[in-house]
Amino acid sequence: MTTETLPEKQATESSAIGDSVRGYFDRVRGGDLGALPAVLGLIVLCAVFAVLRPVFLSSGNFANLFTQGAGVAIIAMGLIFVLLLGEIDLSAGYASGVCAAVLAVLLTNRGWPWYAAVLAAMLTGVIIGLVLGWLVAKAGIPSFVVTLAAFLGFQGLLLLLVKGGTNISIQDPTILAISNNNVTPILGWTFVAVCVLGYAGVQFFQMTRRRARGITTAAPAVIVLRVVALAVVLGVAMYFLNLERSRNAAIVSLRGMPIVVIVLVVALVLWTFVLTRTAYGRHLYAVGGNAEASRRAGINVDRIRVSAFVICSFMASIGGIIAASRANSVDPNTGGSNVLLYAVGAAVIGGTSLFGGKGRALDAILGGAVVAVIDNGMALMGYSSGVKYVVTGLVLLLAAGVDAVSRRRTAASGRR
Amino acid sequence: MSQAPVLELRGINKSFGPVQVLHDVTFSVYPGEVTALVGDNGAGKSTLVKCIGGIHPYDSGEYLFQGEPVHVSGPRDAAALGVEIVYQDLALCDNLDIVQNMFLGRERKRGLVLDEDTMEEMAAKTLAGLSVRTVKSLRQHVSSLSGGQRQTVAIAKAVLWNSKIVILDEPTAALGVAQTAQVLELVRRLADNGLAVVLISHNMNDVFAVSDRIAALYLGQMAAQVKTSEVTHSQVVELITAGRSGELGLKNGTVA
Ligand SMILES: Nc1ncnc2c1ncn2[C@@H]1O[C@H](COP(=O)(O)OP(=O)(O)O)[C@@H](O)[C@H]1O
Ligand SMILES: [Mg+2]
Repeated sequence: MTTETLPEKQATESSAIGDSVRGYFDRVRGGDLGALPAVLGLIVLCAVFAVLRPVFLSSGNFANLFTQGAGVAIIAMGLIFVLLLGEIDLSAGYASGVCAAVLAVLLTNRGWPWYAAVLAAMLTGVIIGLVLGWLVAKAGIPSFVVTLAAFLGFQGLLLLLVKGGTNISIQDPTILAISNNNVTPILGWTFVAVCVLGYAGVQFFQMTRRRARGITTAAPAVIVLRVVALAVVLGVAMYFLNLERSRNAAIVSLRGMPIVVIVLVVALVLWTFVLTRTAYGRHLYAVGGNAEASRRAGINVDRIRVSAFVICSFMASIGGIIAASRANSVDPNTGGSNVLLYAVGAAVIGGTSLFGGKGRALDAILGGAVVAVIDNGMALMGYSSGVKYVVTGLVLLLAAGVDAVSRRRTAASGRR
Repeated sequence: MSQAPVLELRGINKSFGPVQVLHDVTFSVYPGEVTALVGDNGAGKSTLVKCIGGIHPYDSGEYLFQGEPVHVSGPRDAAALGVEIVYQDLALCDNLDIVQNMFLGRERKRGLVLDEDTMEEMAAKTLAGLSVRTVKSLRQHVSSLSGGQRQTVAIAKAVLWNSKIVILDEPTAALGVAQTAQVLELVRRLADNGLAVVLISHNMNDVFAVSDRIAALYLGQMAAQVKTSEVTHSQVVELITAGRSGELGLKNGTVA
C-alpha cells in the first residue's frame, strides 16, 4: 500500500457519487444502518395507513402529526444524550410533567408572565438533571435505579403540585400558541428558504475550505444532491402545511406550519451542532464508547455524565411546556402513561443505540415521526389505546433488536 | 550515552488498599534510548506506568522530570510534561474514527468549533512520518482496524504531541510476527529520533533486539536497571523470576 493515508487528489465527479453510494452500502452491510430503518419504516407505515384510511394523507392530519409528535420528539432528543453514555433516564416523562406543572401553577395560580414561568419550568428541568446526574455520576447509583425512583417520585410531585386530581387550565395566549397556532404561509416559506440556504451554505463552505487544504471531501455533486433532497422534503411538507385545512375557511382559516415545528428545528440544529462540532459533543461520544479511555485522555467523565442528565431533563421541560400548550392544561397524567416509552422508542427507532456511543439529534425526529405515525394512524383506524400500546411496544422491541443485531455486526465486521 | 535521565523516579510506593504493589521503586529513562521494563505478570509494570501517567496517584516517592521535581496528579499533567503512554488495553474509543481518537481530550478548536481540517492534516502528517501506510481512511472508525493498525494508531496518538517520553505497555503482546516486527521497528525509530522510549515486553528476543537498557521489576521492587549490552538473556530471565542473578539484583529483599 502506498499513499492511501494521504489526501488523494479529487476523483472525477461521477466516480465520486459512485464512491459515496458504495461507501453507504458498505456501511449498511457492515451493520451501521443509520437512518435506514426509520426512513423505511416511515414509508411503509405511511403507505399502509394511506391505503387503509385515505384521511391519513389529508393536510389537516399531516399538521396533526407535528403537534402530536413534537413533545415526544423533544424529550427523545434529550434522552439521546443520556443514551449516548449507555445510561437511561426513565423519569424523563414525569420530569416533563413536573416542569409543566411548575409552568401551570406559576402562570395560572400565581399570575406570572409567560416568559418568567417558562424560565422557571426550564430551571426546574435543569435542577432535576443536576440531581439525577449527581446521583448517577458522583454517588455511583445505577441510572436505571435512580431514574426509576425518580419516576415514582416525580409522579408524586406532580400530584402534589396540581393538588390532588384537579387539572390546571392554561389561558396564556403565548403558551397556547406554541402547539395550537400556525405561522403564516409566507413566514413558512421564508423558514424553508433559511433552512435550505443555511444547510447549503455550511456544506459548500466546508467543502471549499477542505479543498483548499487538499483534504478529501464530499464531491460537489453529492452536496448538491443532499441540498436538493432537503429542499424537496421541506418544500413538499411546507406545501401541504400551507393548504387550507379548515372545514369552514370563510369563517376561520386554518393553514400554515405549526409554531412547534420551529421549536423542533431549532432544537435539532442546536444539538446537532453541539454533538458534531464541539469538543463537548466529541467527549460525550468518547465517554459512551470507552469511559476509561476518556478518563485517560483527561476528560472529566463525571462532569460529562452530569451534563447529559441536565440536558435530558432540560429538554424534558421543553417537552412538558409543549404538552401543556397542546392540552391547554396540566393534570396528574401530563408526561405520564406512554410518554417516556414513546420517547425512548423514538430515539431507538431513529437509530440511537441503547449500548451507548451511537446516536444523533436527528434520530429523535425520525423516530418521533415513526411513533407519531403509528399512534395517529392506528387511532384513525379506530384501534383502542390498548392495541396502540401493544403495537408501539412491539415496534420498540423490534428497534432494540435491530440495534442489538447491528451492534453485533459492526463488532464482527470491525475485526475483519 | 552519558546524558542525564529525562525522567527519574525515586522511592515510589503504591498500594491498592491493603495490597502494596510498588515498593521503593527507582527508575530512570534516558532520551534517545529504549528502556525495556520487564517483569513477571503482576510484578507491577502497568501500575508503575499508570503512576507515571498520572492515572494512579502514588503514595510516596519523588518524580523528577529533566532533573526538576514535578507533581503529576492527572493525565493532563503528564501530557503537559510530554509524557505519553500507550496502554496495554490501548484506550481507544471504538466508536470514534482515527483522527478523533488521536486528538481525544486535546481537540484543536477554532473558537468554539472543532477544527477538523487541521486535526486531519496533523494526523495524516504524523502517520506519514511514522511511515504508516496501512490505513485506508483517517475517517474510518477504530473498530474496523486490525490489531496492528490499532496499535499503530495508539502509538501515533502518543507521538503527535512533540512528546519527550513515550511509554508502551506490552505493545506486541497481541500481534502476529510481521506486525510485531513493524511495531518494534517503529519503537526503535522513535528513540533514534531522540525520544525516550519505555517498552514493556515479555519477549526477551524483542527486548534484546531494540532496547538500550533493561529495568527488571520483581514483586513490585526494582531488581536492577542495567545496560542491555552488559547482560545476557539468562541473567535477565533470572532477574525476572528470582529478583537476582549473581551480583545483580535484590539481596535478601533489598536492592543491591
Ligand atoms: N486498580 C487496581 N486495584 C487493585 N489492585 C490492582 C489494580 N491494578 C493492579 N493491581 C494489582 O497490582 C499488581 C500488579 O499489577 P500490574 O501492574 O498490572 O502488573 P503487570 O503489568 O506487571 O503484569 C497485581 O497484583 C494486580 O492485581
Ligand atoms: Mg501489565
